[in-house]
This record gives sequence, C-alpha cells and structure tokens, in this order.
Amino acid sequence: MKSGPLAYLLLAAGILVLATTPLYADNYVVRTAAIVAMYGALATSWNFIGGFTGYPSFSTAAFFGLGCYVGAICQRAGVPMIAAWLIATLMVGVFAALLGAIILRLRGHYFAIGSIAVVEVCRLVVSSWSSLTGGGDGLNLPLLHWPPEELMRFFLFVMLGILVLSLIATFLVDRARLGFGLRCIHQNEDAAAMVGIDTTRYKVAAYTLSAIFCAAAGAAYASWTGYIDPTESFQILMTVKVPVMAMLGGAGTLAGPFLGAAAFVLLEEVFWANFLDWNRAILGVVIVLLVFFLPGGLLSLHLRRRAKSGGAA
Amino acid sequence: MSTSTTGDAILKLDGVSKTFGGLKALTDVSFALQPGEVVGLIGPNGAGKTTLVNVVTGNLRPSSGSILFEGKDVAAQKPHEAARRGLARTFQIVQPFPQMTVLENVTAGALFGGGAASVGDARDMARTSLDFVGLAPLADRPAAQLALAARKRLELAKSLAMNPKVLMLDEVNAGLNSSEIDGALALIRSIAERGVTVLIIEHLMKVVLSLSKRLLVLHHGQMIADGPSREIVADERVIEAYLGQKYAAKLKERHHG
Repeated sequence: MKSGPLAYLLLAAGILVLATTPLYADNYVVRTAAIVAMYGALATSWNFIGGFTGYPSFSTAAFFGLGCYVGAICQRAGVPMIAAWLIATLMVGVFAALLGAIILRLRGHYFAIGSIAVVEVCRLVVSSWSSLTGGGDGLNLPLLHWPPEELMRFFLFVMLGILVLSLIATFLVDRARLGFGLRCIHQNEDAAAMVGIDTTRYKVAAYTLSAIFCAAAGAAYASWTGYIDPTESFQILMTVKVPVMAMLGGAGTLAGPFLGAAAFVLLEEVFWANFLDWNRAILGVVIVLLVFFLPGGLLSLHLRRRAKSGGAA
Repeated sequence: MSTSTTGDAILKLDGVSKTFGGLKALTDVSFALQPGEVVGLIGPNGAGKTTLVNVVTGNLRPSSGSILFEGKDVAAQKPHEAARRGLARTFQIVQPFPQMTVLENVTAGALFGGGAASVGDARDMARTSLDFVGLAPLADRPAAQLALAARKRLELAKSLAMNPKVLMLDEVNAGLNSSEIDGALALIRSIAERGVTVLIIEHLMKVVLSLSKRLLVLHHGQMIADGPSREIVADERVIEAYLGQKYAAKLKERHHG
C-alpha cells in the first residue's frame, strides 16, 4: 500500500498546522494540538506491527504506561528529564523485544488477546509494587516551573518531535528490506518463511519499533502532567483507541495513522464538548460506520475516486 | 535398486522417519540426489510425498535420521534457513502474496532467498525470472488475479529468483490442462538445463517419465523403489502400490499368458 502525493501533502499540512498553533491560538488549542501529535505518534508506532505486519496488537498502553513509569522513576532518582526519556525508550524497547519473542508465537485473535493481557499484567504489577512505583497512590514528578504557555509549547514540540521521528522510521522501514519482509508476513506468513524471511526476527523488530515511540511519548507525558498513577497510565481505552485511529486513517500507509489520529481526537473533542452524555455512544456509532463503509480508512476515499475516474489507483 | 551414493551428493537422506503421534508418515527413508539430476518422486495418495518435502525444507523436523545438504546436517533447520541455503520448493496449493503484484512476489524471493543486495537488485533479478517463465506481461497485476496456470508459473518464478541449488516441485502440474502441462514441462526442462537439481513430485506418470531418468517410489511412507524410470515402471511392487494387488496379478497373468 503506497501513500499518494495527496497523503504526503495532508501529512505536511497537518504537522505545519500543529506546529504553528502557538502563534495564533489559545492554550486549549495548543494542548489539543499536543494531544493530536502524541496520538499521531502512538498510531504511527502501532502501524509497524498492526499495519505493516498485520498483527492486531493491543499493547500500546503497556508500552506507554511503562514509559511513564520508567521515566518518572528515573527523574525522581535525579536523572535529567531528557536522559530519563531516553532511558525509558531504551528499556521499554528491550522489554518489547523479549516479550515479542514469546507473544509473537500467537497469531490472529490469540495474539490480540495476549497483547491486551500484557496491558493488564503491567498495570497490576505496577500497582502492587508499591515500594518502587508508589502503588495506587501514583508518583509525583519534579515540577517544571515555567509559564503555562511556555510549558505547553515545549511539550507540543516534544510530541511533534516524537511524531516526526516515528514517521521518519516508517518512511525508512517502508523502503527497506524490513518493510518488504513485514508486508510479506502480513500477506502469507508461511510463504514468507519459504522465500527466506526470518519471520520471528522480523516480527520482533516490528513489535519493538511499535514500542519505542510509545515509551518516549509516555515518558514525556509523565513529565508534562507531573503526576502519574496506574489507572491513568495503563488505559485499556487507549490501547483500543490507537488501532482504531490507525485504521481510520489507513493502516499500513505512511500518513494514514497520523491523519486518523488527528480526525479521531478532533471528533472526540467535538463530541465531548457538545454531547457530554452521549459522546461515547456517538463515537461508537462512528467507529461502526467506518468499519462497515470505509475499511481501507480515510485515505482510501481518494484512491477509490481515482480508480473510478479511470486513473491508476 | 541402487544409487551411486558417492560423497558428492548434493542432498542425502539417511534413515529419515517422521511420526505424528502413532501415525508413521515416513519410515526409514534414504536416498541421495546428485548435482544437476532430475528425479521424479511418485507414490499413491497419502504415501508421504509432501511430508517428505516438508521434512527436507524444515517445515517439519524428522523424528529420526539425518538430512545432509552439501555435506552438512540440516535436519534441524528452519524453513527460512533452507531457503537461504538453496533448498527451494513450490507448494501443491500455491502460496502467493495475494495483494502484491506478480513482480513484488518474485522480488521477495530474490531479496530474501536469492541474496540480492538491495530491493532494486532484487527487482532486476525478479524481472529476469519473470521473463524466463513468460510472466513478464503480467508483472504489474496483483497475484490474486492470476488464473491457476499463471499462479503455478508465479511459484516457479519465485523459487527460481531464490537461486536454488535444489528445487522441489510439489505437484506443479495438478489442475492444469494438457496444453498447460506441456508448457510447464518445457519450463521445468529449461530449469534443469541451468544445472538446478530438480525433484519432481507428481501424480501424472506421463509427466514424470518425460522429465526424469530416475524415479523414487514412496508407498505407506516407505521408499519401495529407487532406480531408472523404465525399470521402475515395470516393477511389480510399484504396479501393486498404484493399481492394487488384484489388478497387478491380472496384468501379470496377461503378460505371461
């Protein structure tokens, strides 16, 4: 699945709009922009395992939550903030590689259930290990004594930075041997092994890639909010939302996951503001409609129109 | 019944057995392939032919016995290792990457199994093997759109792009009509002319006899015959295995009577 020029254009425009919000919008909009960038990074990460490889992973919140906690624990131990983020990224990457070697033996629905269990197990371990994580009381992080606008702007650019790095990684993987191999695994795993692809190693690489940007975003999020607890860090809702975002935009494409995340967060904001009682229900209906009528994601609308008008899709 | 099992055999099986629980799929199978040889493997349904291929390419691990490829024991290898060593196969039921184009399918073979240095190189190798099997005009079609005969050719192109030393063709002619079979036969012959060792697993006697001078016969998981094709076809046990005892006896009577 190749992204067309329109997708690149939308992607560039989207990032530009997010990056320029501090120039003309209030803090609420800048905060929303930072959230869009964060979910964009999470969905783009998920794309490695879910989009390219076709493994329906629901581990996003586990990697995000572990990133929160590793970052927070490091910062509380006196490690400078950005170094703490890097340590969190590295440690969660190693964790994902080790876990992946076990859990990626499962396929299809079994893998989906296994990956969602990882989130719950992580949450339970973190809430029980009070001596290290503060248990259900959560952890406070060193506060950043900056003016609110400056703080918001800083974290907007941090989240945008993580998003851009995840997009660059996607771009490189897409063109390399790894991306080709992952797409082969997606199509037919047995045939992939028969042409000489080390499927286990490739899947572990994809799973690890899907973890590191989530961990970075989690660690940055922890520093941003200044306080984390197990329920907030390991949300089942997040783990479900992120794949929906990626599929909404177009799983397996470069620009799709980010565009889907942007559309999803904006829809959520609109429904949250206008239909306080019904927002979840409306969101549910939107998801069902999308699954039934737009299984290829928003980007496929454009492709479909091109196909109809006779051009090569 | 004997083969020249000299030391330079490219593939050598020695006492290979495979059991699934209580079921013996292969019992003490031994044979050797010389480099450049074209050998037919025949046997009735359920004789264990596909199991044998699966054991050689690492899809199944043998319960006992050894498999030597270029003198190295490869019984414990994984499928992707077999592919990289030069042990390629086609599947009885074709296994394309359905959403990818024909060219991309073959590129995968060249890139991962054929040792291409880059995706671009792999694409060039893929074009060469598509030309070779005559699929070049369909290069940009999704594999899922091909008719069966073209899909079988795609399988061949994919395994050729892997630069195999030994190619195992599992019923590449099943489901083809007779003119398509003639086309496939010409293709297999030209593959063999490139020096690739070919093991043809077949149901159709006509196909095997026209391609290979040597036949292996598998029956109930045992190698019951191994030798020159003409002798094997006249072998009583082979006729029995294929046609049943009663018919074989009748045939014998007629010959003698």
